[in-house]
Amino acid sequence: MLPSLLRRTIGGLAVVAGVITLTFFLLRLAPGDPTERLLGPTATAEQVSAQRHVLGLDRPLPAQYAAWVSRFVRGDWGSSISTGRPVRGMLATAWPATVRLVGISLVLSYLLGIVIGAVQATAGRRVDTTLSVATVTLFAMPGYWLGLMLVMLFTYRARILPSFGSRGFDADFLPPAARLADALRHLALPLATLTLVGLGGTARFVRGAMRDVQHAPFITVARAKGITEGRVTRHHILRNALVPVVTLLGLSLPALFSGAVFIEAIFAWPGVGRVLVEGVQARDYPVVMAATAVSALLVVAGNLLADVLAAVVDPRLREPAA
Amino acid sequence: MTRLAADGRARFGAALLCAAVLAALLAPLITTIAPAVQRDVVATRFLPPLAHDLHGVLHPLGTDRLGRDVWARLAYGARISLGVGSLAVLISTVLGVLVGTVAGTWQGRLGALLLAVTDFALALPRVVLLLLLAALWRPSAALVVVVLGVTGWMSVARLVHGEARLAASRPFAESARALGASRLRLLRHHVLPNALTPAIVGAALGFGNAILLEAGLSFLGVGVQPPAPSWGSMIASGRDTLVNAPWVAAAPGIALVLVVVAATLLGDALHDALDPARSDVRGETGAALSGS
Repeated sequence: MLPSLLRRTIGGLAVVAGVITLTFFLLRLAPGDPTERLLGPTATAEQVSAQRHVLGLDRPLPAQYAAWVSRFVRGDWGSSISTGRPVRGMLATAWPATVRLVGISLVLSYLLGIVIGAVQATAGRRVDTTLSVATVTLFAMPGYWLGLMLVMLFTYRARILPSFGSRGFDADFLPPAARLADALRHLALPLATLTLVGLGGTARFVRGAMRDVQHAPFITVARAKGITEGRVTRHHILRNALVPVVTLLGLSLPALFSGAVFIEAIFAWPGVGRVLVEGVQARDYPVVMAATAVSALLVVAGNLLADVLAAVVDPRLREPAA
Repeated sequence: MTRLAADGRARFGAALLCAAVLAALLAPLITTIAPAVQRDVVATRFLPPLAHDLHGVLHPLGTDRLGRDVWARLAYGARISLGVGSLAVLISTVLGVLVGTVAGTWQGRLGALLLAVTDFALALPRVVLLLLLAALWRPSAALVVVVLGVTGWMSVARLVHGEARLAASRPFAESARALGASRLRLLRHHVLPNALTPAIVGAALGFGNAILLEAGLSFLGVGVQPPAPSWGSMIASGRDTLVNAPWVAAAPGIALVLVVVAATLLGDALHDALDPARSDVRGETGAALSGS
């Protein structure tokens, strides 16, 4: 277990390094740079080149890259070019918001997805078909559109849930209980959107995995031994079907994170995705680099967590002690 | 093929996709007005579905805030969505089949390297890359096609590689090797035909995904640029008018869901029909178990 975990960690760090490198060179090779936006269209060529010198953009690319990496590793993430705010501060407030949204929605969509998939695999044909139609529809639904429709229903029509940000403007002045309620009300719509969209894929996958296990010889043996049907379903079919599901959990993290970028844009959720989108639009190099690095780190950390979980579910994955 | 025709999911999916393609091709014939026409904006904006405007033109799905016909934009937008989606899937399928079959045939160092690259690319956050590429260069339909194609081949490569590896180690491939066939011949005549099944399934499932992502990029304003009608940018423009004209955002979203559902169902049905092992199990053991 430990050696393989170490190997995975090194592999994960390689992915992060790759993402950072790729982003760096994509950013620099693309036309346009932050000084144009900073100085506006009336700036003279001298002003632009002076500003580029101040920002260090006139140095050779490999030197800029090396300088950025060494500062990033030491914790000096620089300041935003467009707002002047320190990038570390921006991300320090942003990443917990993203983890809260993505983490809760991951847990919810997997729990609900496993239940729905298991019901489909064991129930009769009619229930299965009805639920299949529902899960395929959810699976095909773009998160940003579902989010808008929920906003229309719950914010504009029913007027019961907020659709903007993670807390009300008066949140600081509320007593603790009311503040919690306020946070939950703001969480409701983005969380529901992200969960519903993830749910469809999970339920479809669980149903398929259980169907595959259902006909394995050891299930026939279990039934032949006289074990009750409920016990066979829970302990023999579901347990074995969960192994690929947990692996899927790790693989679906990048997709979930991508989905969160759209959801954060819709609901003005103050997370990493929003920082990233705004940074990209302003060609804000330090912000984009740090936001990409943090999102890659979050995804890799989630993948490692899924590996550990897979070993918990499936004893065969635990390497025997030598 | 007969098995596919007997599958309700396949019939439904194929019928829906055909309808969407027809709507895209015949857009000028089935719409009452061109998609970008704006006349008296104040008099013709936010007309509800099935309303006639003061010029007597019928708007089956109403108009948006510039008085443009939503149904016409939907039909012309299908050209962009379906076109971008299918071209992107074509690129990613070709790339995926290439990487998968080569890695399956040359199983030594080259195969390991290709697999490592695939796993690496699979772990990259795709939307972040898409955002960067699309936002940094001048957004256009061609760029979206290339970007979606280049970032979407990994899952096809994984599917194809599994099948290619199996085919390359089967007796018929080994005897071809023993008879002195080159790797290239092995790849062309023995591995590739066997690897096409997962490629077709992967393409059908990837098509829905590509359409969703194209719309997503256009929604964020970094995809196909206005005034060209794209389903994603239609949803984005309907966002501001959710209160007084919900149909502007609802219509393209429903179209998107229907097309992606159709592609997914067709992919599922193809997967079951092309995988004889699975249907055999269902046919025999499945029947035996449910009968007992």
